Amino acid sequence: MADSNGSNAVSAGTLYDKVWDLHRVAELPGGASQLFIGLHLIHEVTSPQAFAGLRDLGLSVRHPERTVATVDHIVPTTSQARPFADPLAEEMLVTLEANCAEHGITLHGLGSGRQGIVHVIAPELGLTQPGMTVACGDSHTSTHGAFGAIAFGIGTSQVRDVLASQSLAMGKLKVRRIWVDGALQSGVYAKDLVLHVIRTLGVKGGVGYAYEFAGPAIDALSMEERMTLCNMAIEGGARCGYVNPDQITFDYLQGRPFAPSGEAWERAVAWWSSLASGPDAVFDDEVRFDAAAIAPTVTWGITPGQGIGVDETVPTLEQTEADERPLAEEAYRYMDLQPGTPIAGTPVDVCFIGSCTNGRLSDLQAAAAVAKGRHVAPGIKAFVVPGSEQVAAAAEAAGLDALFREAGFEWREPGCSMCLAMNPDRLEGRQISASSSNRNFKGRQGSASGRTLLMSPAMVAAAAVTGRVSDVRTLLNA
Amino acid sequence: MTNPTPFPSGSIGTVTGTTVVVRGDDIDTDRIIPARFLKCVTFEALGPAVFADDRAELAADPAGQHPFDRPEHQGAAILLVNRNFGCGSSREHAPQALMRWGIRAVVGESFAEIFHGNCLALGIPCLVAGHDQMLAIQAAAAAAPAEGFRLEVAGACLSGAGQHWDLELAAGPRQMLASGQWDATGQLVANAEALQATVQRLPYLQGFTSI
Repeated sequence: MADSNGSNAVSAGTLYDKVWDLHRVAELPGGASQLFIGLHLIHEVTSPQAFAGLRDLGLSVRHPERTVATVDHIVPTTSQARPFADPLAEEMLVTLEANCAEHGITLHGLGSGRQGIVHVIAPELGLTQPGMTVACGDSHTSTHGAFGAIAFGIGTSQVRDVLASQSLAMGKLKVRRIWVDGALQSGVYAKDLVLHVIRTLGVKGGVGYAYEFAGPAIDALSMEERMTLCNMAIEGGARCGYVNPDQITFDYLQGRPFAPSGEAWERAVAWWSSLASGPDAVFDDEVRFDAAAIAPTVTWGITPGQGIGVDETVPTLEQTEADERPLAEEAYRYMDLQPGTPIAGTPVDVCFIGSCTNGRLSDLQAAAAVAKGRHVAPGIKAFVVPGSEQVAAAAEAAGLDALFREAGFEWREPGCSMCLAMNPDRLEGRQISASSSNRNFKGRQGSASGRTLLMSPAMVAAAAVTGRVSDVRTLLNA
Repeated sequence: MTNPTPFPSGSIGTVTGTTVVVRGDDIDTDRIIPARFLKCVTFEALGPAVFADDRAELAADPAGQHPFDRPEHQGAAILLVNRNFGCGSSREHAPQALMRWGIRAVVGESFAEIFHGNCLALGIPCLVAGHDQMLAIQAAAAAAPAEGFRLEVAGACLSGAGQHWDLELAAGPRQMLASGQWDATGQLVANAEALQATVQRLPYLQGFTSI
């Protein structure tokens, strides 16, 4: 499905090609390319061993001004008073603080006004900009591609390499353009779009590719929606996803603390504009979607690719590709959902709104629009975790905390929370959650038998007030 | 129990040892090492926790224990898996846990990219087999759990139980492993001049004046 217009003119290339070429330092004797990393983000979970490795090798941090730290994964969302009740969590935070102090790295810590989930704070501080390479020891680093950056997750040995050299040994990816025509219906969000893409292309479909999201439906998305979209590129197997920078990108960035200002701003916008994939860019593959055909989407299984429209039924084995059947059978057993039955109406126990996928202000506003004037159903635990201190402050200024509390939701402190169960927020036993996070893997939310249904924040709010999976469109129109 | 052989270092030419088969597609890194084990500031204690929840789930299963708990697989060095192994979280704790349990090479139908890169950074080769070929390898290995297998990195092949399979390993990782240059840190740091030249040409590091 290569998308070529047949022109022999020299290709201006894709944004991915341009950013790659600009950041390529050298070809390494081992066969990989050395890629300069413009922005390195670190947090408490995947950095301690990297700093220890640096120490073992007698190396220092080459560009401490290009690394920025925060704490997110292990922080409690009820009380963030120090020391934490969990001594292991406290040790991780103390270790990060000591490493940042020793190496001169800025840490946006608890109570700084700038702390939050790493993929929420870097954009909102204006650290993430078009044309950068961004790396972080977290797979959801793909989020930053929303700005037209090439952003990807790395392991701890690679965190050590970036600290030591501000670069990585990498292989170049192919680029698949995901072209989305039309417009999303009311009640359908970027989360539904990306779950639909992953459902269609599969969780391994993107292996070896960067995903360029383009087309009228993408152009119409806000920056926060683009972040949701790129955040889950990794769930489709694509190590990075990106959107070409445009006026929406520039408007978002202007005036943020680390964005260029004054005359540099005009020069920056000119350069950023030149990075977008040109009309003659050649893609290794292209897949097209129609946004208008997408319904609110919910996962029923144990991978983010096992998703269906809220108006559909859990697929039967006969409706499943032969090579996906073993996984479907495993999912039926684990989820205890019957093939052929509607997903709508599935009772839930816990409703979680937050995460690097959907913990930004517009996500909370979308959920609040559903929660307003309604109340969490009896027996349901529902909680809202803003993605950062800035998101929390903005939401509270708009009265969203009070709105959620009146509707029976708990309003929490910022952090990764129940997305990954490295903090006190977790499922118990076989509880089933409606979750605005990104992974429904077995055991992901902290109980080895806990079950996760991924959906948009508005859909989570709909599940909270009805006690079961519900089509948010019917509530919005009520 | 964990494999007492040393961790990978230098040139990785061959990996020999018994095998362990973990069947299934899309086995994610949360399953390889559940998040609660990530609350640590060293990797040292991760070996025994590998596949912790999957192993606990199967401990009482009449169909049998998890492969990592079966006596015949203790000390195994070569892990045999299916498609998209290691998807999900970027946590290097996953290959660290496998390595510390004793795994020194993985053969599968496909690997998630971050996982593959993390293995490479530890000197653990991940070789790729076709679907039917992988099923044949897994069947042969499962039928002969005491049999030593031999994986050759430069030649990208696996032999054991009287059989031989040609596998795939991209030129880059193959060269890095065979040459002992899979630990990239030294090479990256050595290119100081080229790094400085890159800084000089990046507009966002030059006030957007070097356009």
